[in-house]
Amino acid sequence: MQFFFEVLIGGLLSGVLYALVALGFVLIFKASGVFNFAQGAMVFFAALTFVGFLEVLPGWTGLEAGGRAVFWLAFVLSLGAMVLLAIATERIVLRPLVNQPPITLFMATIGLTFLVEGIAQGIWGANVRGLNLGIKDEPIEYMMENFNILISSFDVFAAAVAAILVAALALFFQYTRIGRALRAVADDHQAALSIGIPLRHIWVIVWAVAGFVALVAGMIWGARNGVQFALTFTALKALPVLILGGFTSVPGAIVGGLIIGASEKLAEVYVGPFVGGGIESWFPYILALAFLLVRPEGLFGEKHIDRV
Amino acid sequence: MLYREAGQFKASYEADQQIFPILQDRVGVLLLIGFFALVVPLFADQYWLKAILIPVLIFSLAAIGLNILTGYAGQLSLGSAAFMAVGAFGAYNFMLRIDGMPFLVAILLGGLCAAAVGVVFGLPSLRIKGFYLAVATLAAQFFIVWALVKIEWFSNYSSSGVITAQEIEILGFAFDGPVSKYLLTLFVVVVMALLAKNMVRSTTGRMWMAVRDMDVAAEVIGIRLMRTKLTAFAVSSFYCGVAGALYAYTYIGTVEPEGFNLDLSFKILFMIIIGGVGSIMGSFLGAAFIVLLPIALDVFVPMFLGDLVSSSFVSNLQLIVFGGLIVFFLIVEPHGLARLWQIGKEKLRLWPFPH
Amino acid sequence: MKLKKTVILGAAIAGLLGSSMAIAAEQFIGLPSYRVGPYAAGGSGIYGGWIDYMQMVNERDGGINGVKLTWEECETEYNNARGVECYERLKNKGETGNSVFQPLSTGITYSVLDKVAKDKIPLVTMGYGRTDAADGRVFPYVFPLITTYWSQATTMVKYIAGKEGGTDKLKGKKIALLYHDSAYGKESHAVLEKMAERYGYELTKLAVAHPGNEQQSQWLQIRQLRPDWVILWGWGVMNPTALKSAAKTGFSREKMVGVWWSGAEEDTVPAGSAAKGFTAAGYNVAGADYPVIKDIETNVYAKGKGNMEDKSRVGSVYYNRGVVHGLITVEAIRKAQEKFGKGKALTGEQVRWGFENLDMDEKRLAELGATGFLPPLKTSCLDHEGSGKVKYQQWDGSKWNVVTDWIDADRELVRGMIEESAAAYAKEKGITPRDCSKEM
Repeated sequence: MQFFFEVLIGGLLSGVLYALVALGFVLIFKASGVFNFAQGAMVFFAALTFVGFLEVLPGWTGLEAGGRAVFWLAFVLSLGAMVLLAIATERIVLRPLVNQPPITLFMATIGLTFLVEGIAQGIWGANVRGLNLGIKDEPIEYMMENFNILISSFDVFAAAVAAILVAALALFFQYTRIGRALRAVADDHQAALSIGIPLRHIWVIVWAVAGFVALVAGMIWGARNGVQFALTFTALKALPVLILGGFTSVPGAIVGGLIIGASEKLAEVYVGPFVGGGIESWFPYILALAFLLVRPEGLFGEKHIDRV
Repeated sequence: MLYREAGQFKASYEADQQIFPILQDRVGVLLLIGFFALVVPLFADQYWLKAILIPVLIFSLAAIGLNILTGYAGQLSLGSAAFMAVGAFGAYNFMLRIDGMPFLVAILLGGLCAAAVGVVFGLPSLRIKGFYLAVATLAAQFFIVWALVKIEWFSNYSSSGVITAQEIEILGFAFDGPVSKYLLTLFVVVVMALLAKNMVRSTTGRMWMAVRDMDVAAEVIGIRLMRTKLTAFAVSSFYCGVAGALYAYTYIGTVEPEGFNLDLSFKILFMIIIGGVGSIMGSFLGAAFIVLLPIALDVFVPMFLGDLVSSSFVSNLQLIVFGGLIVFFLIVEPHGLARLWQIGKEKLRLWPFPH
Repeated sequence: MKLKKTVILGAAIAGLLGSSMAIAAEQFIGLPSYRVGPYAAGGSGIYGGWIDYMQMVNERDGGINGVKLTWEECETEYNNARGVECYERLKNKGETGNSVFQPLSTGITYSVLDKVAKDKIPLVTMGYGRTDAADGRVFPYVFPLITTYWSQATTMVKYIAGKEGGTDKLKGKKIALLYHDSAYGKESHAVLEKMAERYGYELTKLAVAHPGNEQQSQWLQIRQLRPDWVILWGWGVMNPTALKSAAKTGFSREKMVGVWWSGAEEDTVPAGSAAKGFTAAGYNVAGADYPVIKDIETNVYAKGKGNMEDKSRVGSVYYNRGVVHGLITVEAIRKAQEKFGKGKALTGEQVRWGFENLDMDEKRLAELGATGFLPPLKTSCLDHEGSGKVKYQQWDGSKWNVVTDWIDADRELVRGMIEESAAAYAKEKGITPRDCSKEM
């Protein structure tokens, strides 16, 4: 039983990390109806920019390498880079493609993926880098001693960050002026436009917020596995979370992440050995698929009604 | 003036129901086929045959498959490469396990295997729509590749999990040179493309389009959704499967399941978007574009910049230009290259008069 | 395209000076490299080292017996179809066509496997590719040089036995194999199982789904299983993730052994302190203190002609692996020139002879400035592997340190499997194996 809980808790914590990436997808889909495949590339770009600045800033500014000042300066600069990326995306990709069918926009974001990947590696090189956020990735002793259950302190930290992020975003959506505008746009583009909400600004803001989420996700995943091209693959982990939780729901991303994370780990441990293992590549997708058969719009997605 | 339809009267039902009802189209297609079947083999060198023309043809076939599903029936799929893998491994096993299996039958059987798998993974489409379905088809992509790696019977227990395509022999003639392989590929692709062209204007094709445009409305007028969607999945996967078998037999030779990865699926999707969704002709144009563009970039970018910047940057620049061009194309012509051809046709209809 | 101006210039000057020859001969080497995408870190290091070595030979010696080396890169993106295109494109370049094709990708290797024998271009795959191609009778044009995955698996068991105090101590030990769930990861299964039968250790295989950036479940299983050793058969991001997860579950990194695709700086640096103590195989070693690397620094980098953007990577595992590619390629061409005429550009068929008759013993390695850098190598018609030796290196937190001498593979076991597999392939494809007694 102890092993079961260990796997379950580990899975839930991993699931939160998937949710972190899925969150970026949800934000953009909600506000602009674009299925942004470039989210994975944005995670990579953000993390690479961040460690890139960490490396070069001490040389440029004379600040102490590895110090707090450098860390926050790099963070702000990377955030700036993500905002620039958002503005450029709106200008170059979204604006000319307004009113095109969703699949065209989807393809455009795949094109954007290549662009962003090329730019990231073109600027910072193909080197694989480590990233130390100063949080130990070690088992929490209290849980080890009392229950013999292994829980990594880093995973708990990451889960806390994700929780704070989701809460902050929820508050942002609920109570700020921009948040209300965002919700209005998400509900009905036309109506939002007609009452004078500037659609383009909203898009830039949403992409910038998604960029911020990508930066946080990139820093956490980067600290876990290193900052390298494989960060783009985190998108593949996020997709089943997305369809399970629904494309348009922020809480759905978190709940979906928890379900996917826990069930894929349990499946790998308890089913995997009978079929040769490695089922984590497809199991979340099959699970999400099975779930969709029951509820085609995902857990918290908006129900779509067809009218003839 | 060049493209004059006036005066072409259809006096019989047969004449009205031809695949290409306009004389210029008929002549054009025949000329094109004639050019690629007779002239190209005489002049193209090995490089063009092996590295450009054969893959373009094979990817065109896969793109036609995806176009049937996405362009005509409106179901977005990201699992085309996996269906290609089923076709390749299916054809291999038929050739391996049945003595004297004729090659063309084997690739058709491989295609049928893919069609069967396609139907299974098409079942969710009855409930799920749009991007939800697209992500759900990723399940097919990952599951099929995983199964081909895991179940060793498929690769005949080879330690590395790869299959090596057998020699192709039809009626005693060995297809081993680039020219003969090219002609064989061309034959299969042309026949299947014409069949597809014919199918999309038949009852089946029109039902697909009705479902694509609005499935509720289609259901109301009495089209059976389940049958229509599943035939689309079956036919589409069949085309992808045959393309996969050709990929193994006339192009690469030795294939591994991982070769049919998500990247390839995306590439095929690119082909139909760039070429033109809902156009057989567009599938060819798109395949040619997506195969040729990176090669052209690889040849020309270093030529102009090779000595100025480092080789890593040159490679990354190619990626940037590729992504940029995709976005650019989507912006200037969201309906793909096939649309450009249509515009050209309109122009030719009036030429040289302005109206 | 990457035909460096300097090479052309150098060749032109040599042509002017040379009285007998109008144009100095040039040997063309096509490089199917990849510098973008998930494989870029490995690709840029290896191809960079390789190009630097060839540049150094041109600068220091004026080429091989006066034959300048020229090369051109072709970006494959590690994609099979692109690899085939590059193969065909590079095939007829240069004076005598492409001399050798080394794609650094098992997928591309398989894709061109049938083509090389027809086109008479040697296909060299160091540390990857088709293992049974080591049987030169069936695969005359394929060279899985130095060592193969199967040989490596046997050295791992030997290494572990050495640490345990002898092969008899392996009995009852638990070894977990954590592998990348792909054709590559499965390569080791047959050999490790065979050795498990012989030595009586208990083998547990744990698959990690591509790309391997999540290994919670595997490591919890390992924690449950409590194996004595973990063999890491990983690729890319899977390696640092494994090291991190090992630290998280409290498994000692000293008890983890990695393959050579798990044993580069790119695999350990991202894992930070979690990587300390991890040991991995290598058919080349890290370090910039070898004369051959010093030569590159003085003849190439000092003149500003280096290929690496980031010069600090000179001497890293991947870079040095590229230098090994250069060393062996150049040596094969030199060897072939001895037979077919010094100072002449050779065809792929002639270079193939060079690869088949390599003899890089300790003395020769010392002349090349590479003692201890790569294992001694001797190929023949029968044996296209030529060595089977690897060294083990341990990560001390900032660099790789060699901790063993060259460990020999259990070549008797591997050879039997290779011949069996190659014979099956020959039968399937209708190939009549060459009679090696007739080869000279």
